[in-house]
Amino acid sequence: MVNLLLENGDLVVIEQSDFQQLLDVLAERTYQVVGPTIRDSAIIYDEMTSYTKLPIGWTDVQGKGTYRLKRREDDALFGYTVGPHSWKKYLHPPVSYLWRTNTTADGFQVTTAIEEPPKLAFIGVRACELQAIAAQDQVFLQGRFVDADYKARRENIFVVAVNCVQAGGTCFCASLKTGPKATSGFDLALTEVLTGTNHYFLVEIGSSAGADVMQAVTHQPASPAQIEAAEALVEATTQQMGRTLEPLDLKELLYNSYEHPQWDELGERCLGCGSCTMVCPTCFCTTTHDTIDVTGETTAHSKKWDSCFTMTFSYIHGGNVRTPLRSRYRQWLMHKFATWLDQFGRSGCVGCGRCITWCPAYIDITEEIRAIQESTNKQEEKIGGKL
Amino acid sequence: MLPQIKRKPKLAVWKFASCSGCQLSLLDCEDDLLSVAGAVEIANLPEVSRTMAKGPYDISLVEGSITTPAALEHVQEVRHNSKYVVTIGACAMSGGIQALRNFKDVREFTRIVYAQPEYISTLEKSTPISDHIKVDYELAGCPVSKEQLIEVISALITGRTPEIPTSSLCLECKRRGVVCVMSAHGTPCLGPVTRAGCGALCPSYNRGCYGCYGPKERANTASLSKHWSQLGATEEQIVRVFRGCNANAAPFKKESEAHEHH
Repeated sequence: MVNLLLENGDLVVIEQSDFQQLLDVLAERTYQVVGPTIRDSAIIYDEMTSYTKLPIGWTDVQGKGTYRLKRREDDALFGYTVGPHSWKKYLHPPVSYLWRTNTTADGFQVTTAIEEPPKLAFIGVRACELQAIAAQDQVFLQGRFVDADYKARRENIFVVAVNCVQAGGTCFCASLKTGPKATSGFDLALTEVLTGTNHYFLVEIGSSAGADVMQAVTHQPASPAQIEAAEALVEATTQQMGRTLEPLDLKELLYNSYEHPQWDELGERCLGCGSCTMVCPTCFCTTTHDTIDVTGETTAHSKKWDSCFTMTFSYIHGGNVRTPLRSRYRQWLMHKFATWLDQFGRSGCVGCGRCITWCPAYIDITEEIRAIQESTNKQEEKIGGKL
Repeated sequence: MLPQIKRKPKLAVWKFASCSGCQLSLLDCEDDLLSVAGAVEIANLPEVSRTMAKGPYDISLVEGSITTPAALEHVQEVRHNSKYVVTIGACAMSGGIQALRNFKDVREFTRIVYAQPEYISTLEKSTPISDHIKVDYELAGCPVSKEQLIEVISALITGRTPEIPTSSLCLECKRRGVVCVMSAHGTPCLGPVTRAGCGALCPSYNRGCYGCYGPKERANTASLSKHWSQLGATEEQIVRVFRGCNANAAPFKKESEAHEHH
């Protein structure tokens, strides 16, 4: 077989039986491979060396506050959507050390604790998750203050995206145009096609690193029929979204809804537990913490994920500026769909649905937004009627 | 901050109605225990030695709740003799499991349990230490976490404010990557209304949190009960779950009472 040199944008096909080669080639290039696998009845992200650790033949059923695994009728490798983990746990770890100090004879010595980040290959990154990584890139890499730890981790990854060929019960990426197809930010993007005896992956080359890896994996050029089959699957996914959300004029609507009664209603239901912010792949807030040993000789300064739902988060001299739950929930939702746009020129929500699935109070962000939208429309109709 | 004194700060542990598990957490500190022992003079530790150094004490760790008239007096003495009073554990912070008496008539219990109840001198209610004296810091948990215990001792010795979270357990679960037992398994869990601090111990073993760290800041117990009902919990089960070792903590007490007579 003649292997022509691959380039960005090329489409090739690898058979399911050759899939392990991809992981092996990445391992040869000293990447630690991380991808979806089953733990404690959920699909989480963890290290793997064999593709058999993938949730082969499993899918997830997601709804408000519920997540269940279910057997598929086939042996798809990627026949599910996103679980409780997101890739931010690798790029923006829950806890990381910034610097340490040691007491010396004439004072103290500071050492920065940023370590050489692991070289990771992410397997199975969904379109919404690529958008989330892009959103965090803006937060951590743009402007005057670059997060050195994030930067080092970010530069060290290889991304194998997977286009979704089935939508989850809480997915709404199609509404936000953040999926289900990966459009940028990947080295390779796969679409899994499983029909009858055929089981292959259409692979789009997204970078020179991706081309280099793919060159070493057994592949064939993609035929027009294979491309069409893959595209049809992704297109069908767009129509299957478990949730929808109308983003048109949402920012202005929210800015005009600070005192909407829906916030009071939300304040009654919200537990203020912060689960939504932890599972959200774009939420980036941290707090810092000093660990000091009993004698005070050594200290370690760490940062860890924080949530705008905690009372310490908005604590300033004299007290907390967002005491009731209604204002904390409003702050979070407003940031995602309004203030984020002013800050970063894009939405802070990627439509992955995690905040819906993992909310222990069954709060569905798309329903809440719809309630505000519908009540406002009714009001406008009323005013229109009077005129 | 403690004054710059040459002698080591004196640390004393005082026991009221409790199982002693919290003071034993101090012994459980293993390697850190040696640093603690090196940094302070342990003036009183009833589970270890009957020797008791005279006060005043720099740091008093108080475990247990107030259940007897004698304890009422003793706790005043502890406050009087201590620069800092830190309560350790659910009993001291909210009244403990023995606060179940607060929902019933304690005289009835003594009649049933003791042959000669007239010899029993006990109070009607089991109450937290902070109901009786000014408390500087409170550590939650049944038992307390040794990390938090070290944190508070270290903070007081070095003259800084201890950092003790009051947010939900959910944050600890999520930071650890523990899969939510409520969403993924349908297991009722008190995590969303319970304080962090244990490191998500129960959920990491696929068990629901049973609230031994007590109510988190602004706990919305009513909303959680509603969800538990949807998961199939009966009113009686909801009463029982909020009547654990923090039964007397205000948000838990209110919630259990709201479900009691339905």
